Amino acid sequence: MAAYNFKEVMSKPERLAGGHRMCPGCGGTIAARAVLRALHEGDYAVIGNATGCMEVSTFMYPYVAFEDSYIHNAFENAGATLSGVETAYNALKKRGRLPEDANFKFIAFGGDGGTYDIGFQSLSGAMERGHDMVYVCYDNGAYMNTGIQRSSATPKYADTTTTPVGTESDGKVQCRKDLADIMASHNIPYVGQSTFIGNFSDLHKKAEKAIYTEGPAFLNIMAPCPRGWRYDPSDIMTICKMAVETCYWPLFEVENGKWSLTYEPKNKLPIEDFLRTQGRFKHLFKPGNEDLIADFQAEVDKRWEHLQYKCAE
Amino acid sequence: MSVKSIPDRMSGNEAVAYAIKQVNPDVMPAFPITPSTEIPQLVSSYIANGEMETEFIPVESEHSAMSAAVGAESAGARSLTATSSAGLALMWEELLLAASNRLPIVLALVNRTLSGPININCDHTDSMGARDTGWIQIYAENNQEVYDNFLQAYRIAEHDDVRLPVMICQDGFIISHGVQNISLLPDEPVQEFVGTYTPEEYLLNPGKPMAVGPYAVTEYVMEARKAQRVAMENAKQVILDVADEFARVSGRQYGLFEEYRTEDADYVMLLIGSAAGTAKDAVDQLREQGVKAGVLKLRVFRPFPEKEIAEALKNCKAVAIMDRAESYNGQAGVLGSEVTAGLYRNHSDVLAINYIYGLGGRDFTTDDAAAVFNELKDGVENGKEIEQYQYVGLRG
Amino acid sequence: MRTDISKINEKTPYQELTTGMHIYAGGTSKEFNTGEWRNNTPIFLEQNCKQCLLCAPCCPDSSIPVMDGKRLDFDYDHCKGCGICAKVCPFGAIEMKEGVEP
Repeated sequence: MAAYNFKEVMSKPERLAGGHRMCPGCGGTIAARAVLRALHEGDYAVIGNATGCMEVSTFMYPYVAFEDSYIHNAFENAGATLSGVETAYNALKKRGRLPEDANFKFIAFGGDGGTYDIGFQSLSGAMERGHDMVYVCYDNGAYMNTGIQRSSATPKYADTTTTPVGTESDGKVQCRKDLADIMASHNIPYVGQSTFIGNFSDLHKKAEKAIYTEGPAFLNIMAPCPRGWRYDPSDIMTICKMAVETCYWPLFEVENGKWSLTYEPKNKLPIEDFLRTQGRFKHLFKPGNEDLIADFQAEVDKRWEHLQYKCAE
Repeated sequence: MSVKSIPDRMSGNEAVAYAIKQVNPDVMPAFPITPSTEIPQLVSSYIANGEMETEFIPVESEHSAMSAAVGAESAGARSLTATSSAGLALMWEELLLAASNRLPIVLALVNRTLSGPININCDHTDSMGARDTGWIQIYAENNQEVYDNFLQAYRIAEHDDVRLPVMICQDGFIISHGVQNISLLPDEPVQEFVGTYTPEEYLLNPGKPMAVGPYAVTEYVMEARKAQRVAMENAKQVILDVADEFARVSGRQYGLFEEYRTEDADYVMLLIGSAAGTAKDAVDQLREQGVKAGVLKLRVFRPFPEKEIAEALKNCKAVAIMDRAESYNGQAGVLGSEVTAGLYRNHSDVLAINYIYGLGGRDFTTDDAAAVFNELKDGVENGKEIEQYQYVGLRG
Repeated sequence: MRTDISKINEKTPYQELTTGMHIYAGGTSKEFNTGEWRNNTPIFLEQNCKQCLLCAPCCPDSSIPVMDGKRLDFDYDHCKGCGICAKVCPFGAIEMKEGVEP
């Protein structure tokens, strides 16, 4: 992989056009743009998309935002659908029905609903079968398209419309599922977890590795949702930074089974610095709820330690 | 002048798998389910032995099978899958998408009942349930017809006036596992007849991007549906044209349905699938006793040949409409409803009785068929009141 | 058979919609103006800009075009005015102004 030349990368032709209907400040399309920038010029792509915000907003007949070929099928089957496309590519290549020099890459985008939950089986199947494709989860930690219902990616205590905070409820009861770990357990050649930091070097490098590593790859990208997380849309970069600096969302990758941290905070910040930025955790800062924050912190610490252990192996 | 055929003995599953080998499509995602499991098994063996080039995807579910087929077909690859029963039910959502995306996918369906209670044997609950998903449905009486229908499927599906998926149906176990004589066509005329797939637009066309599967606002949905309906209506003529062309190759002629001794029939049994053979035997026996009986065996259920059926039934005195599936609407099975609606719209007042038979693989014998004919006769000749909607061979 | 989306709108008869609702083209969303969604509008103060480009990847609407290593003015047909760019700019080269007009 080439070194990251930020100016050069940013000067490449845009593969996600404006005019899509995502909300102002949406993290989903920031993630999609970043992944698509990692495609080498001259390479073609077929983009798969699970039903969700991104799908209904980027392909509203007759307006499609993707410059490359695009297929949306249903909610739970982006993995299977793109595995069919990738297999078709192999079949047509084998039979000489595509030009020799036509190089196609296959990238699926799904939210955490379409990835962690309803599309989990289809994703697992596609990864296990070894299709040469990348599945990208833009993880905003709830079913945002239907109006902020909890998913298995929603963090504990988050206030969502199906885990509402009330007199008898502190928000979501369960901790979030660690999907990157589960994908790594498929023994696929590449898994990366990233988000939006600085000049996007971390995300770009991971996207490029994911796309250009032969075989299946999975990218988990934290993509904040201003409506669902309840923050001012302009704050997204601060929130991502806090997620990383508190080790709520560590940056790491798993290459052929080898785990490594791609960033290690010098001073791990307390989880309050992340939680405080979002309305969905507002209730945690009410007097008397200190134990809930301590509990959240304990979970972050446990997972961070476990991750460090895996990366040190 | 038709080509010299090759006599063989095969089950229905073997016949379909052999047809798949000859057509040699590009991509086949499939998941096993009784009684269609042999089809992906046989195709996998052909591929493993270098007898065909198809890329097989061993998906983790039937939903993924049809999802991958939708992806592959959109990408420009001739695609197919095979399934039965709960497998078809699981891919329901994707059946609708295959049709609305106007993808000429072929599905080899081996009919089996749906749970519950769970049961592996034949009835038409699976495909009849999928009747409104926008797929063309073509049924067979025996392994020869399954083979022939499969060979015609892509020609119909890929036709510019149609571009719809096609379900090639055969009765589970009765046809799928029953070994019968069959006339196979040599590879070369098959491949010449089926032709190569060269869509004008597809996902993998370099430099010519294409987008599939939009969100459409209200203002577009009715128009999209109407366009799809027109394609289904067009399919009727295309099915007949393809059948004529196939007859020139094979010497075997097909239509929307087959009429057996109906020209002067007073009593007609209208049914789908393998039970037609039984009904024909019963007709032969009854004819010897002087009863003018006949059979109308429906081959094409979607598009539904309403006018043609009404025309074929216009001179008979009574018709037994035989449904191999319950619809729980309280008044008729699927065929019962559709045929009687068609008769009404074509101003026919023929006595029409709806029978449910053969559920979960229950035998349907020549005696059962004869009893149905005799009941019709009793009703017409002696004015005996006949229950309009009844089961054949039900205890209690 | 490439699609001319200027011929497809909510009055188009069914015979003239694309088969299977496919679109045989890429990036047609550029024809749709989301700029009118703006409540606030970013203003590019070129004299303050050091061309660090930190704003460009943060834009969810691909509305900060970059050419040959330099950012250009905003694409106001598509910018929705979220304000992310103004907040990440280290040099005060983007200012948010109330209203839809730049």
